[in-house]
Amino acid sequence: MKRTRLWATVLSFPISFYVLPPHEMTIVPAETKPKPRVGLFATCLVDLFRPSVGFAAVKLLEDAGCLVVVPSQTCCGQPAFNSGDRTTTRDLALQVMEAFKDCDYIVAPSGSCTGMMAKHYPELFLDDPDIANLANNFAAKCHELVSFLTDVLGVTTVAATFPRNVTYHDSCSGLRELNIQSQPRKLLASVEGLTLTEMKDSDVCCGFGGTFAVKYGDLSNAIVTEKTSQVLHSGAQVLLAGDLGCLMNMAGKLARQGKDIEVRHVAEVLAGMTQDAPIAAAPSDKGQRS
Amino acid sequence: MSTARDDILSNIRRSLGVHGKEAPRLASVQNRLAQTPAGVIPARGQLEGETKTAMFIEQAEMVQASVARLASAAEIPAEVARYLREHNLPATIRMGADPLLTALDWNATSMALSQGPSTGHDLNAISVASAGFAETGSLMLTSGQDNPTTLNFLPDTHFVVLKTSDIEVGLESMWQRLRARFGKALMPRTVNFITGPSRSADIEQSMLLGAHGPRSLHILLIETA
Amino acid sequence: MSHASTSPQFKANTRKALGDTQLQAALGHVRHRFIDKRAQAAARLPEFEALRDSARDIKDHVLAHLDLYLETYEANVTASGGKVHFARNAQEACDAIVGICQARGAKTVTKGKSMVSEEIGLNAAIEAAGMVPVETDLGEYIIQIRGETPSHIIAPAVHLTKEQVAADFRHTHRHLPAQRDLTAPESLLSEARGILREKFLAADVGITGANMLIAETGSSIIVTNEGNGDLTQILPKVHIVIASIEKIVPTLEDAAQILRVLARSATGQDMTVYTTLSTGPRRADDPDGPEEYHVVLVDNGRSAMLGSEFEEMLRCIRCGACMNHCPVYHAVGGHAYGWVYPGPMGAVLTPSLIGVDEAGHLPNASTFCGRCESVCPVRIPLPKLMRHWREREFERHLSPATIRAGLGLWAFFAKRPVLYRFSTTLGMRLLSIMGRAKGRFHWLPFTSGWTQSRDLPAPQGETFQAQWHRAQKAANAKPSVTS
Repeated sequence: MKRTRLWATVLSFPISFYVLPPHEMTIVPAETKPKPRVGLFATCLVDLFRPSVGFAAVKLLEDAGCLVVVPSQTCCGQPAFNSGDRTTTRDLALQVMEAFKDCDYIVAPSGSCTGMMAKHYPELFLDDPDIANLANNFAAKCHELVSFLTDVLGVTTVAATFPRNVTYHDSCSGLRELNIQSQPRKLLASVEGLTLTEMKDSDVCCGFGGTFAVKYGDLSNAIVTEKTSQVLHSGAQVLLAGDLGCLMNMAGKLARQGKDIEVRHVAEVLAGMTQDAPIAAAPSDKGQRS
Repeated sequence: MSTARDDILSNIRRSLGVHGKEAPRLASVQNRLAQTPAGVIPARGQLEGETKTAMFIEQAEMVQASVARLASAAEIPAEVARYLREHNLPATIRMGADPLLTALDWNATSMALSQGPSTGHDLNAISVASAGFAETGSLMLTSGQDNPTTLNFLPDTHFVVLKTSDIEVGLESMWQRLRARFGKALMPRTVNFITGPSRSADIEQSMLLGAHGPRSLHILLIETA
Repeated sequence: MSHASTSPQFKANTRKALGDTQLQAALGHVRHRFIDKRAQAAARLPEFEALRDSARDIKDHVLAHLDLYLETYEANVTASGGKVHFARNAQEACDAIVGICQARGAKTVTKGKSMVSEEIGLNAAIEAAGMVPVETDLGEYIIQIRGETPSHIIAPAVHLTKEQVAADFRHTHRHLPAQRDLTAPESLLSEARGILREKFLAADVGITGANMLIAETGSSIIVTNEGNGDLTQILPKVHIVIASIEKIVPTLEDAAQILRVLARSATGQDMTVYTTLSTGPRRADDPDGPEEYHVVLVDNGRSAMLGSEFEEMLRCIRCGACMNHCPVYHAVGGHAYGWVYPGPMGAVLTPSLIGVDEAGHLPNASTFCGRCESVCPVRIPLPKLMRHWREREFERHLSPATIRAGLGLWAFFAKRPVLYRFSTTLGMRLLSIMGRAKGRFHWLPFTSGWTQSRDLPAPQGETFQAQWHRAQKAANAKPSVTS
């Protein structure tokens, strides 16, 4: 408890206390609206497996007028949280809150990690009002990438071309914790040449579930098999979603089934950055340039 | 030795951190029981006159009940006879002692009448609903000599008479009627709300009519007794 | 006396279920019919979401005042001529019921569908006392003649195909012509109706569950579509209601709120065909109805859930919507869960009732997709409650050692950002080189749970953070020309 008190003290000072010398604090240009300072929380999976999603997110945010920063980061703590390890979860939550404390917004290309920060961080500190308060303030600044663009920044169109027939999977946390359903579809509709063909049960889980996919591999496989059959049945050439965990699961299954479906994070398409090979495809199998 | 009752109650109180004599808790319970707050009542049934009757019929037919509108009770025997004839059913009918039914002239039809609860050998029965409600097209029947409960379940075909003036909004209006008739917090032995004929979806989730109760429910909606 | 569980063998159960082609065919019906019907019913009623809030609030109010409402309920049952029996556990509940049956010299006992009777193992107790229990709900009857337990709380035989039911009927109803046609579900229903009609009329005691108990009037409510629950209670001389203590609601108005969400959530009906309120035995001038009315109130671990992090589970009204919408339930059905209550509600309730040591798999076998919570009529936060069980398991070191070790190693790095960046940069570089040819792995050490059925996508190369920071450094190192 002592350590969390210390964190509370550190976190309770205004951002400017740490970043600006006192005499600079009042200098704000009157007529130019400052760019919102957006901390990109890349998420473990994007950081490690698919950096191109991170760069797509940066492009989308900068195009929308944000100043993007990437503080040194590891994980939001969700694997520990869902495994019942509260102590590790709290330590990681405090670490994330500290790393991003000077950001106006924290944006992640993932409904799942955003859900963790925006919905569950406050639950972790219910026994400590000081930190709970900070966690609540922090949570209010956390947004999933696509909904941040549409709901907070008011973006309605993107400048991208992707002349393909795509289908969109609604990842569970984004859909049910953050109400993300219409936002990606709205922006996809503005991509030149793109046709969206809905699959049946696009709102049904793909069977990833974090450690579930490894702990209960048989069950996870049964669920993802049902999902890929809906993807194939849609007739789409490309499968998109907003969470890399789900995408790796579905792409891994489609690859094992020998199906030639291109799997990508929705940010890559919205940013017009589809030059890298799709998920689970050989690097030589370059995607379509837009 | 403590009884199961005392143990359970004291376990509940220990878990809740109460002793059971706290005035605010007692008051909260007493108030709720006395005031019986209504909660959310769907707008669907909150209609008047003919639109309410129309809603009742729409909802009842949606759940596979059939409805006949009659000008007066006097038309009941002929309608029952017609229904049985058209469905190739035997011309028999069993009923309770409800004066609305016993006062009717059944002689004009050639039906075999019998009176009393069912022992399981009656193919057709007729009852009088004490009320119905438009929200879901449901009927309310209460047990007693007038309309024995067995008649609601054992026959294959069940005719239920309902006055249009007895069509109400929803369940809340049924509670008001029960309290007015039997007294606050008092009930007849059995109150049945019936919404369509018996059915089951236990085999492969496909809905089939006529499980254990009546295979058909024919509602006779009368304007006047 | 309670059912023995196979929950510890959950993984083996799921493998068996996944390989059972008949089961998989039957489960196909759950995947859409229930879901579509509920969605249509909810869409047809603009007040549906407000009613869910109302139902939740009523149940919370009851749980906070449960001792007082139980006392009121008991007093009103007694005043209407009935008798309430309290049972601390399964054994006491079975003893009470068997005692009532024996006092009337009962031979045949008909039963309406009741999950708590499954929980306490009532049929076995009745049989052990030399009486014949007859399940009268069509689904329950089918599984009784098969010697099975329900695989769903409102559709007990949902795991069977009509061909399996036809074979069971031929095997059991040997007095009927062997050549009869049983291909259509209608013929199966009609045969069961005929067989059970005789049982209804012959029964000495009828036992039903209760969807609710009303404190205001001392009434019990059952909702059914078949009418079996009514024939069970009005024909025999004795009607016994078995219910768990949290089934109490304060008033008739409160019951109406819950009825409006119950059938819609369960089967997508606005009202079930029969909604019956039973109060006491038949009155002096009633021509039919039971002469005795008993209520057996079962605790069996519930009073200990009050005030705990699992209290919200006691709001459950047993509609089955959570399992109807659960991808795990869809994949394996109810029997794999190994005890009475399957699906998400079972994953929370079962560890509370039989212990997390026994049922530890159930709250873990969830993707936390949250679809259960999104349809629960009383808004039980099922994923949160499953997570609380995982926390208890973690604290007690019940979770598997390999998972704990893996998690510990990951946490070690995650808590040390510099070390994390250094090691992941190296690791991902290595993995991407290994996976470069195909862009994915067919197999990697320690990932067999994943790779036995799907490929693991390979990393693109350098981590995002390594690339980003290098780019930033390069940008900052550029000679400044403007100032």
